[in-house]
Amino acid sequence: MGKKILRINMSDMQTSYEDVPEKWARWAGRGLTSAITYDEVDPTCHPLGPNNKVVIAPGWVTGSPAAPSSGRTSFGGKSPLTGTIKEANSGGLSGQKIAKLGLAAIILEGVPKKDKWYTLVINKDGVEFEDASGLIGKGMYDVDEILWEQYPNEPAVIGIGQAGEMKLSNAGISVNDPENKPGRYAGRGGMGAVMGARGVKAIVVDDTDGPGVDIADADLFKQGRRKLTKAIGKHDLTKKDGGLNAFGTNVLMNIINEAGGLPTRNFSAGQFEGAALNSGEKVAEIVEERGGEGMTGHSCHPGCIIQCSNIYPDEDGSALVSCLEYETAWALGANCGIDDLDYIAKMTRECNDLGVDTIEAGNTIAIAMEAGVLEFGDKEGALKTFDEIREGTPLGRIYGQGVEATAKAFGVHRVPTVKGQSMPAYEPRAIKGIGVTYATTTMGADHTSGYTIAPEIAGVGGKVDPLADEDKDALSLTFQAATAFIDSTGYCLFIAFPILDIEEGWAGMAESVAGVTGLDITGDDVIEIGKEVLKMERLFNKAAGFTPADDRLPEFMRYEELPPHNVKWTMADEDLDEVYAWVQED
Amino acid sequence: MIEVNVVVFATLRRYLPDLGIGEEKAIKIEQGTTLTEIRDMLNLPEEEVKVIVRNNLQAEAGDVAQDGDRIAYIPAVAGG
Repeated sequence: MGKKILRINMSDMQTSYEDVPEKWARWAGRGLTSAITYDEVDPTCHPLGPNNKVVIAPGWVTGSPAAPSSGRTSFGGKSPLTGTIKEANSGGLSGQKIAKLGLAAIILEGVPKKDKWYTLVINKDGVEFEDASGLIGKGMYDVDEILWEQYPNEPAVIGIGQAGEMKLSNAGISVNDPENKPGRYAGRGGMGAVMGARGVKAIVVDDTDGPGVDIADADLFKQGRRKLTKAIGKHDLTKKDGGLNAFGTNVLMNIINEAGGLPTRNFSAGQFEGAALNSGEKVAEIVEERGGEGMTGHSCHPGCIIQCSNIYPDEDGSALVSCLEYETAWALGANCGIDDLDYIAKMTRECNDLGVDTIEAGNTIAIAMEAGVLEFGDKEGALKTFDEIREGTPLGRIYGQGVEATAKAFGVHRVPTVKGQSMPAYEPRAIKGIGVTYATTTMGADHTSGYTIAPEIAGVGGKVDPLADEDKDALSLTFQAATAFIDSTGYCLFIAFPILDIEEGWAGMAESVAGVTGLDITGDDVIEIGKEVLKMERLFNKAAGFTPADDRLPEFMRYEELPPHNVKWTMADEDLDEVYAWVQED
Repeated sequence: MIEVNVVVFATLRRYLPDLGIGEEKAIKIEQGTTLTEIRDMLNLPEEEVKVIVRNNLQAEAGDVAQDGDRIAYIPAVAGG
């Protein structure tokens, strides 16, 4: 039996299970959310209005047996933060359960006629629209707990916190992790506000007795899965007790600092004197010292063999938050001049509870610090900003709109954004390739869209000088295309590291996709298929009004020198324009 | 003799267990010593050193160390 598209219309409370049309049959994950958004969402629509949609899609291999680290779920639509197309993907429980219900995607559309909130309960029998009024005003820790008590079989819970209810542009979509905590987020770009605008507080997904995932060619799938699993298990970064498993993504804190590329105090320096105190090594040390529920090597979804997540313990050993990622520890740490992991963990818990993206939240606090509302390093003051958001005060609503709104409100001109979205934890003046990705990606400033850090800093997939401009346009495009493919597979993007170095793993990834889907895909097709996804996204953005003039980094990076290398952003505009020069309308 | 400061991160810290996180180890070496030779002096396994950063800049294993250099030996890392 073929997969179906589940369409849920909140305007008339109707649902339908549709055959996947031919034009979308080859897509999954990000490829599918972008294809549906491209085909069905008016690029000029208001992201919070009735014509936007939330498209939810597991990847090609998600839910298939023992495909390693493949539990990603893509969330797509038009972003209220950037005004561009958006795909944000998350770990957690949702992807595998949606896939095992035989669904290629869920399309959430329309706006309820009454001012009413709903919990959607999806299982093998269909969709129930439940009254969510009892959940309104609650954060995601409570929401996840209540819904697991209310519904059987430990379902996936996709939800929004208070930020999504208020339709703030920094509202993310939460997915519960295996311990039913709200640590996994489709965080970037405000898709939580788009979900809130549909009147949906939560979606409960129970895959019990679902049809499962069809495998077109079991032998090919197993062959690909074996090669990929072997590559992940062999590479020093992703193997058991390797860098990611032992220290999490925050293994990067000291390294990026050493390279002079750690954005510090609102992107005014490339090194932070407190980096070691916020590092992955320090997290591991604290976990060891405090014991209790704290752990490294935590899985964000069942079947992950990399296990880069962690549970950060409070002083008494009880779980304070999962997960303390590099981006989070940087955004709420170095970028705010804060060097106290306990406070960073408390702020991360606030982000997870309220439902805001940690990167945008940290950058927003840094803007408030730059404006003098708070002092850099004021960890108490930083923590209290989340109370403002929770209470929906005028100041909290400004913070919840993210960096650009906050900068305008306080007259700050050093604003580290592209297309309305703030930059992650790599300084583009010191690491030029990632700057090209920030400038040109279809998503607004985003590192995952084209992670040139691999060759520029980590020596993965080659070795390239981070400070050089030359050929960074081509490098970024290659990474952007490969990423668009991997984001469609359902595999965690971190499989990229072993398969960039181990050729057999690259082939195995493609073979496992071909095995599940029956599509004629080999490792040689990855970049071209990824470019097809990028093309749809780029054309959506063009129709939404974006031009190459939007593919630029903020002005201050062109005239302010960044210590310690004392470098400016020097990439020529013409080189940036080359990245997407190949995209033409058919 | 010249003096350089060495730091190691993440999984490589197990080979210099007395150093705190991000702490430097000052070592005296002969003029003309390469970064590879320093790595071997410290018993850092070649296969575990993925990248070397000298004075915040990407370096090559065969580069010759200079007096006062800060040299970071880095294992396989990525993420974010």
